[in-house]
Amino acid sequence: MVKLTIDGQQVEVKEGSTILDATKKLNIWIPTLCHHPDQAVKANCRMCVVDVEGQRVLQPSCAFPVTEGMVVHTHSQKVRSARSNILELILAHHNQDCLHCPRNENCELRIIAEKMGFNKKLRFPLHIKEGMDTSSPSIVRDLSKCINCGRCEYACNEIQTVFAITKENRSFDTLYTTPFGMDLASSPCINCGQCVQACPVGALTIHDDTEKVWQAIDSDKLVVAQVAPAVRITLAEALGEEPGSISTGRLVTAMKQLGIDVVFDTDFTADLTIMEEGTELLGRINNGGVLPMITSCSPGWIKFCETYYPDHLANLSTCKSPQAMFGALLKTYYANKIGKKPQDIYSVSIMPCTAKKYEANRPELGRDGYADIDVVLTVQELAKMIKSAGINYKDLPDTQFDDPFGLGTGAGEIFGATGGVMEAALRSVYEIVTGEELKNLDFTEVRGFEGIKEATVPVGNLNVKVAVAHGLGNARKLMDAVRAKQVDYHFIEIMACPGGCIGGGGNPIKNWEKMAKRLKAVYEEDKNLPRRKSHENPAVSELYKQFLGEPNGHKSHELLHTHYFNRSDILK
Amino acid sequence: MEETRLILNNNTNYNPVCAKEYAKNGGYEALKKAVQMTPEDIINTLKESGLRGRGGAGFPMGLKISFVYKTPSDQKYVVCNADEGEPGTNKDRVIFETVPHSVIEGMIISGLACGADKGIIYLRWEYPQVNELLTKALESARKNGYLGKNILGSNHNFDIEIYIGAGAYVCGEETALLESIEGKRGEARFKPPFPGVVGLWGKPTLINNVETLANVPLILTNGPAWFKKFGTEKCPGTKLFTLCGNVNKPGVYEFPMGVNLKDLFAFGGEVKKGKLQAVQLGGVSGSIINAEQLDVKMDPETLASKGLTLGSGAVLFIDDSEDMIDLLENIMEFFVHESCGKCTPCREGNMRLLELIRKFKDHSATLEDIDTMMDLSETMICASLCGLGQASPTAIVTTIRNMKKVFTDRIKEEQNNG
Repeated sequence: MVKLTIDGQQVEVKEGSTILDATKKLNIWIPTLCHHPDQAVKANCRMCVVDVEGQRVLQPSCAFPVTEGMVVHTHSQKVRSARSNILELILAHHNQDCLHCPRNENCELRIIAEKMGFNKKLRFPLHIKEGMDTSSPSIVRDLSKCINCGRCEYACNEIQTVFAITKENRSFDTLYTTPFGMDLASSPCINCGQCVQACPVGALTIHDDTEKVWQAIDSDKLVVAQVAPAVRITLAEALGEEPGSISTGRLVTAMKQLGIDVVFDTDFTADLTIMEEGTELLGRINNGGVLPMITSCSPGWIKFCETYYPDHLANLSTCKSPQAMFGALLKTYYANKIGKKPQDIYSVSIMPCTAKKYEANRPELGRDGYADIDVVLTVQELAKMIKSAGINYKDLPDTQFDDPFGLGTGAGEIFGATGGVMEAALRSVYEIVTGEELKNLDFTEVRGFEGIKEATVPVGNLNVKVAVAHGLGNARKLMDAVRAKQVDYHFIEIMACPGGCIGGGGNPIKNWEKMAKRLKAVYEEDKNLPRRKSHENPAVSELYKQFLGEPNGHKSHELLHTHYFNRSDILK
Repeated sequence: MEETRLILNNNTNYNPVCAKEYAKNGGYEALKKAVQMTPEDIINTLKESGLRGRGGAGFPMGLKISFVYKTPSDQKYVVCNADEGEPGTNKDRVIFETVPHSVIEGMIISGLACGADKGIIYLRWEYPQVNELLTKALESARKNGYLGKNILGSNHNFDIEIYIGAGAYVCGEETALLESIEGKRGEARFKPPFPGVVGLWGKPTLINNVETLANVPLILTNGPAWFKKFGTEKCPGTKLFTLCGNVNKPGVYEFPMGVNLKDLFAFGGEVKKGKLQAVQLGGVSGSIINAEQLDVKMDPETLASKGLTLGSGAVLFIDDSEDMIDLLENIMEFFVHESCGKCTPCREGNMRLLELIRKFKDHSATLEDIDTMMDLSETMICASLCGLGQASPTAIVTTIRNMKKVFTDRIKEEQNNG
C-alpha cells in the first residue's frame, strides 16, 4: 500500500494505482475525457491534470502512478487555469449544436463544462471539422464533434481488432477516421457499435430509425415486433433505472402503448435456433462434417468472419440468427396464419445490437422482393420513442408477449450473455443424445467475462469440446488457433461484443461495472422462467408439428438457414 | 577566441569512415579499455566525469546508463538519437561527417556498460549523405573487429544498424522516436515508465544524442579529471554550437560549456548588415533575447537562472532588418505543421498561437491578445504531453518578456491611440 496526500487529505491505495484511482477513493471529482475505465491509459486529452509537488509540469492523474509521500493538489490555480484553457481549446474546435445532439443528455464534454462551471466567452474563433458519414445502416459518424480522445480507435482496434478506425493527419488536422477516408459502409467496419459505446460525445452515434417506425405505426400496416433477449435487461437502464433492472412485462406494455400491434419474443426463435443448430452440430459430428462448428447469431461476428476469416465460412453454422429466423417466419407462416399479405406486415426488431441493422439489410434475408425485417431499433432508440411519447416507464403494468411466438425458455433468454448460446445448446444436445434428464442445468465453465472459455462436456460416448469467445479481439485469437489447427473443438460460440449481447452497441452506454449487473440479471431471468430448455418449449414443438416438420428439414433449410460471402476484398 | 576541439578532431587529413585510420589517430583506445572494465566501472567513470546529455534536457549520462543497467532483461538496446530536426542545428551532421567512429565507439561502450548488444542509429531522413557514410563506417568497424561478435577478442557482442526516420520533427523526442522505430505513428509516450525501464519493443533502452555519445570515448581515454577541466563545474566538457542566421561566419563550432554568448557573436563575425536585434538560443523551440542581453554564459545553469534554454546549441542571430512578427509566424507555422496531434494543448494550442500572431501581423490584435498568448502558453508549457508542446510557445513567451514592444507596436491603431 502507498500513502499520499491529496488536497490535504491522507489516502492509502494499492501500489501501482494512479492518482485518479486515489482521488476516487477520496470522492474527489476529476474531469476526464480520454480516460475510459475499460481501456488502457492514453493520457492525451490532459483534462485530468493535477499538480504533483516536485514535478516540473502538471501531470495527468489518469496515468501518473502514486508514490509514497506524494503530495497532490487537484484544484490549485495552476490546475484550474490549465483545465479551463484545455476545455476552451476543445470547445473552440467542436460543433456545439448541443440542443439537438443525440448525446445531449449524456455528453461527457457537456457534463464536464457544466461541472467545471465553465461559462466564459471563447477567446478563439470556432473551427468546425467537416465530415458527416451516414453511409452505414448502423453507425453515424459526425467528425465535427470529434474531440480526438481516441476511445473509438481503442475500442475498434485494440479490443475488437476490426481496424476500421485510424488516425489521420497531424496537429490541428488530426482526425480519427476510416482507413484512406473511405465511408464507413465500405470500410472493414463490422457494425458492432463498440465505438459508439466508447465515444464520450456525439461524434459516433447509432443510426436513428425511429421515424420509420412512427410512420409504420401511423400507416395501415400491421406492425409486428420481436424483442431480443438482452432488451428486457437493458431497456429500463436506458430509461434511467439501475443497470440489471429486468422489465420484460413493462416493455411489452410500453410497446403496445406506442401503437405496435403485436409484440413477440425473440427468445422463441432463440429456442428454435437451438433445435436447428443442435441438430446441425450432431449431424456434422456424426457425418464427418466441417468442425469446429461456429455459432452464427452475432451479425458483427459474421461480417468479421467474412472479412478476416473467409477460409472458415464452412465452419459457420448455416442457421440464420434468431432475428432473421423470426423475420422469415413472420412473413411466411405467420402472415399466412392470420390471412395477411407479407407486404402488409411491418416487421420491427428491438435489438441490443447495431449490427442487426446491417444484417436486416442483407439481400439474402428476404424473399420475393421484400425484406424479412423492415426495420431494426436498438434499445437506445426504443427508449427514445418511449420517452418522447411521454410514457412513464417506471410505473407501467406488465403485459404478456403475444401468441403464438410469445413463449421463450431460460435457454433462449441466456442468448443475451456470452456463453449463453453454448449453454443452451449443451442443455438440449445432452438430453436429446442421451435421452437422460440433465441434473445440473448450469454450465458455469462457459459463463462469465473471461475472454476465451473452454469446457469438455461428456455427452453419451463423446466428450464434446467447446470454446466460447466474446469481443472480436478474443475471437481473433481463437480463430488464429483454429486456423493453425492448434485446437480441436467441436463447437465454438463467438459473440462480437464484449460480454455478449448485453454488451451490444445498441444498449445504453456501458462499462464492465454495469455489465456485471446486467449479466447477473440474465441468469436471474433464466432461473425464474418455468422452462429452461429449448427442446421443452411447447410453442417450438407446435411450430414443427404444424409447419416446419423436423429440425434441418426441407422447410427449415428454406426459411431458417442461410449462406455467407467472402468479403476479404474490403481489405484490399 | 579559439575553438576548443575535443570532439571535432583537428586532424582532418584522414578518411573519417575508415576504422583503421581512426584507430591510428587514437580512436578505439577507449573501447580497448572498456572491454577490460566491469559495467560498474564504466558507469562510475561516466558518473564521475559529470557528462550530461547534449540533446537539450541535460540529464546526467552516467545515471541514465545505470537505470538501464539495473533493469534486468533478456534484451536491451542502445539508441543513438540522430534525428537532428531542430531548425538551425547541424552539429550531429558535422560529427558524423568528421568523426563517425567516435559515436560508434561511444555506442559500443554504452552497450557494454548497460548490457545491451544491439544499437540503432535513428538517422533523420534528410541526411542521406550521412547514411551512406555511416554505412561504410559501420562496415569498416565490423571488418576490424570493433563491432559484431567477440569485440576485440572479448566475449562481448555488439552491433549497430541504421534506422531512417520519415521526416517528423516530433520523432526527435525519445519516446516518439521509439514508436517510429516500432513502425507506429510518431507520437510521444506517457512517462513513466521511462525508456530506461520500458523502451524499444518494451525493453530497457538507453537513448542518447549523437554529441553525448561522441564524448564517451574521450572520457574513457583521458579520464574524468581531464574532462572536468573543460566547461563549467556542473556541466563539464565542450559544446557544439551552430551559429546561424544573419551572422557573417555561420557554422558548427566547438567551445567549452559556459562560453560567453557575446564572444560567440564576435567569433561569428557579427551580423552582416545593420545592428543585432535579437538572438534565439537552442533552435525554434528556444528562447529569444534582445541585443542588450548578449552578455550571458552559455551553460544550462546560467541560462536556466535567466529563464533561458541551451537546447541543441543552435544560436540564431537576427539583425534589425528582420520583422520579429514574421519570424514568430514562421516559428508557429513550423509547430502547427509538426505537432503530432496527440495531446490537446499542443494540437489545438499551436494553431491558436499562430492565429494570434497573425492578428499582430495584420494589425488587428488588441492588448488582451498578449495576455491570451501568455495564458495559453502557460497551459501548453505545463500540460502538454511531451517536450514539443511544452517548448513550442517559448519563442512567443520570451519575446513578450524580452521584447514586448514588438507586440505593442502592432496592436490595433485605435487602441494604440486611445
